[in-house]
Amino acid sequence: MTRSKSQKTLNYFKRYWTLYLLLLVPVIYLIVFKYSPMANILVAFKNYYINRSVFDMPWADHNGFGFFVKAFQNPDFINAIRNTFLLNILDLVCGFPVPIILALILNELRMMKFKRVTQTILYMPHFLSWVIIASLSMQVFSTTGLVNDIIRAFGGEPVDFLKDPGLWAGTYIFLGIWQSMGWNTIIYLAAITGINPELYEAAAVDGAKRFRMMWHITLPGIRPTVVILLILSLGRILGSDFERIYAQRNPLVTSVSDVISVFVYNYGIRGTASQIPLGAAVGLFQSVVCVIFLVIVNAIAKRFGERGIL
Amino acid sequence: MFTKNTSKVGDAVIVFICVIFIVICLAPILNIFSRSVSSSSALVSGRVSLWPIGFNLDSLKMVWEDPKYTTSLGWTAILTIICTIFSLFITVVCAYPFVYNNLKGRKFLNGALIFTMYFNAGTIPNYLLMKSLGLLENPLVLIIPSCLSVYNMILMRSFFYGISDSLRESAEIDGAGPIKVLTSIYLPLSKPVLATIALFYAVGRWNGYGDALIYIIREKQWFPIQLLLYNIIQNSTQSIEISRLEGFSLPGVSESIKAATVIFATVPILLIYPWLQKYFVKGVTLGAIKE
Repeated sequence: MTRSKSQKTLNYFKRYWTLYLLLLVPVIYLIVFKYSPMANILVAFKNYYINRSVFDMPWADHNGFGFFVKAFQNPDFINAIRNTFLLNILDLVCGFPVPIILALILNELRMMKFKRVTQTILYMPHFLSWVIIASLSMQVFSTTGLVNDIIRAFGGEPVDFLKDPGLWAGTYIFLGIWQSMGWNTIIYLAAITGINPELYEAAAVDGAKRFRMMWHITLPGIRPTVVILLILSLGRILGSDFERIYAQRNPLVTSVSDVISVFVYNYGIRGTASQIPLGAAVGLFQSVVCVIFLVIVNAIAKRFGERGIL
Repeated sequence: MFTKNTSKVGDAVIVFICVIFIVICLAPILNIFSRSVSSSSALVSGRVSLWPIGFNLDSLKMVWEDPKYTTSLGWTAILTIICTIFSLFITVVCAYPFVYNNLKGRKFLNGALIFTMYFNAGTIPNYLLMKSLGLLENPLVLIIPSCLSVYNMILMRSFFYGISDSLRESAEIDGAGPIKVLTSIYLPLSKPVLATIALFYAVGRWNGYGDALIYIIREKQWFPIQLLLYNIIQNSTQSIEISRLEGFSLPGVSESIKAATVIFATVPILLIYPWLQKYFVKGVTLGAIKE
């Protein structure tokens, strides 16, 4: 019995050992670069010493939670949490509906060539780096920039968008939408093609006009996709895209631009060695809250009969 | 799509809205292009908006002849090619074994991969890892840590799943091993998705600067173009204010040079992506399907 089983296993490996050989590189990568740094999370609970391993460093105060306590006493951190929340909520409220509306509009285009060209152009901003977008922002929103040219053409006073924290946040949100709106239509357009065409035919027979079809057939048809993307966005509500914000921030608007990832960078990477655990503690706090958020939102979505992602 | 009860007016409104969106997408790019080819006097007086004024190629030429930019562009190009090839390799060898339903440890590996999509060790733990591996100030830090994207792997895998098992089985009956099946059946059939993933990796590397910003400080020769550009932009915002206060004519020049650098850093990608549109649209759709 055991013999035939081991014989079977042997045959199996004889036949498929090359598959494991292929997996060797990715598995080593996964262990070294994805899982082994998780041990370094421990540094958030330790006092940092340059020449010691994480395991040999002494525990921080408050049973190791000293740097979490310090973080919550740090006004920069409280500010960073507030900014992360605010910018993400603004992103979500202003940005989430845009690709849906855009997809509905693109779906109504019947000149196929024009549709294709429009899509190519709408996808373009997604391929620009955040540094490029930041430099576009400086050109377009500066006092001598394009937007102020338009304001002047209408007889208005020029506004310095990039120096006022509130207006800067507006430009940040706008450019985020600008960058992703076209790209995000792809998934909605794919969902729209999956809708049964008979529904439209039946509605047309009943005399439904374009807008009614959008509202009663297309939108309900893409609802599962909308919910999944909403879950993912809500799961990221305390996350932050470091490259995006770091390229666009400037010294005059730090009161709104410095989010958690910027805090981690400023304290943990650019700060003194003794602040490394503080950066790590804040980073860990962010990761954990993100996961918790994702699980909660996913559970709520499932409660309401949606498919969810986990 | 089936739409009979639609009016001509409605169609016109739809087209009009699309044109507005097109203008919004193109205007900033057009603006920066015009700046790169306008005369510096026109720039300083702020007359340049959508169209070039005093057309000349001086700034583009200056950037093109300045070794600071060309070496950085060249290095980024080489880096992008190396990263793309390496990442493509590791993505394929990670995705392919999943095609075998009876592969032992398949579920566990899948879980281990998906988990990293939702939970990352974090900036500081990763930094400490690079430090202990001696990768700080090392060009390899721009290649290895980001070489596998789980999202791209899932995309690749979904495509592989779509290839009929019977093709594989008949090849196996003819005595082909898994690697032979990969190279003679799966890869030739996967050209569209390989192109898509190559594009994603290439764009990611060409546009990325966060890792270089964190891991490379002193060894400036390893700066990718985006980090160089970032530093130029950050410095020039201050130097422009200063030179403006002191009444130099320099800001016009530096403005157009900045614009020219942006053009050089953007054009390679803008030339490539439209040709792959059909493929990456399919790719994104495929990536939405999870196991």
